[in-house]
Amino acid sequence: MIKFENVSKRYPEGHDALRDVDFMLQRGEMAFLTGHSGAGKSTLLKLIMLMERPTRGHVSIAEQDLAQFSRDDIPYHRRRIGVVFQNHQLLFDRTVFDNVALPLHISGYDEDDIGKRVRAALDKVGLLHKEKLNPITLSTGEQQRIGIARAIVHKPQVLLADEPTGNLDPALSEEIMRLFMEFNLHGTTVLIATHDLALVSRMPYRNLILDQGRLIDGK
Amino acid sequence: MANREPAKRGAERQQRPVENQGTETPVSKGAARHKVGIASQGRSWLRHHKSTAKQSLLRLLLTPLPSVMTLAVLAIALALPGLMFVGLKNIHQLSGEWKGDPRISLYLQQTLPAEEAERFSQTMLLRTDLAAVELVTKEQGLHEFQRISGFSDVLAFLDKNPLPAVVVVQPLDNQKAELVALQAELNSLPEVEEAVLDMVWVERLASFVQLANRVVLVLGALLALSVLLVVGNTIRLSIENRKDEIQVAKLVGATDAWVKRPFIYTGFWFGLIGAFIAWLFVQISLLLINTPVGELAALYQSDFELQGLGFFDSLSLIGAGILLGLFGARLAVGRHLREIEPQ
Repeated sequence: MIKFENVSKRYPEGHDALRDVDFMLQRGEMAFLTGHSGAGKSTLLKLIMLMERPTRGHVSIAEQDLAQFSRDDIPYHRRRIGVVFQNHQLLFDRTVFDNVALPLHISGYDEDDIGKRVRAALDKVGLLHKEKLNPITLSTGEQQRIGIARAIVHKPQVLLADEPTGNLDPALSEEIMRLFMEFNLHGTTVLIATHDLALVSRMPYRNLILDQGRLIDGK
Repeated sequence: MANREPAKRGAERQQRPVENQGTETPVSKGAARHKVGIASQGRSWLRHHKSTAKQSLLRLLLTPLPSVMTLAVLAIALALPGLMFVGLKNIHQLSGEWKGDPRISLYLQQTLPAEEAERFSQTMLLRTDLAAVELVTKEQGLHEFQRISGFSDVLAFLDKNPLPAVVVVQPLDNQKAELVALQAELNSLPEVEEAVLDMVWVERLASFVQLANRVVLVLGALLALSVLLVVGNTIRLSIENRKDEIQVAKLVGATDAWVKRPFIYTGFWFGLIGAFIAWLFVQISLLLINTPVGELAALYQSDFELQGLGFFDSLSLIGAGILLGLFGARLAVGRHLREIEPQ
């Protein structure tokens, strides 16, 4: 589902974020991506999202080489990926419901369809009763779960997460991980970047370890 | 711009990233992937236009103070050319009234007897190239001069009438070249001392009107440019304010057209409302000067009536406002939206 072939990324200022990264994630697989901060985890996810382009090598999603996608194709590519980014949080000028509905509005779903799907997604993360609230009134853990609901509301083929448990206590982190496991059980390919090694070690999933841009384990 | 989107989407679907491939996989049974049909996308596209138009207007109304400031600037910048245009229209109307009948005044020889003058005017009447002939005899001329100039006392001292008889003719052909030729021809007649074509002031007026036209055009263009800049700057600030929203939207797959749409509509509303207020300004100004203009016209015994914008020109003003709003928004959106990418 996700395939990296000798991918390197060098930023214009000369910093090598990724060096010869080579791995493959099967459809329906779930894996962690770990490493120190600055090891290239975020860059790797950005390449999948086409927020960045590789300097060398090829990234493919669902057997399609991302290099063939022009700028105009990027939105359609992103619609099949769900993403939970730590720094791309919720919009506080609208309700929880409208936050989660955003990807559906963008993809052009019908209005009643949107209602059903948003409630299903909110139900999955256990926050159905908060749909009318402004997310600013929710706790960090709840906000993170709303972010996850937004990432999975359109049932993406791939779910990416960048430090989804970043600011959460162990119990909440565990809860979030269980959510990801559940989506994975339903067939979604999941890749989670995290530095929470303790949590990773308790989970029976593959762990891709990055060190200074090189993939040193988990191939 | 955005309205070719659905067709394009349909046509390019094959090359596009396959959004709903998951249905092929056996594992995904529990979570059937979503499909969005073309028809549904079309409906959604229309709906998005409608809701974006509405929300952009609401956003404008929800921030009344900055909106009112911007709208006031737009309205003034649009009202000024509007007013100048109305002024021009009225000058055109005034000059049009006179331009129609240039006259040639034939000052007859001072020594020509009254009967000869009479006979000369008769021969003029027979000419086919003249529309009207009017003889002003020496006596009539003197009489009129006394009445108009108020120098009747001075004239009483003169022992004989110093004024010549005048035949005023109105040529049929109003072309300038023809008029000049006719003037030369009449000038050479033995009875005529001098033939004066009353066109100099018409020409002056015409060139004055032309100058005014040009000035209005230049000022109008400058003011239109300022409308563009004001709308552009307002939209730029609005883009800046909604940076987070744009980044999130792009991250979950919003196309450029989708992200641009609310800002284009904001430009549209600014243009429309600004132009409407400008129209009100113009109408109110005209109401205010209508009475004094009427009094002035009455003093000149003219039945001149101040012309307003009229239906067509009102529509043009509103249309120009909308176009400038849309174009200003396009400029700002084109420049600033691409720079905002999710980081």
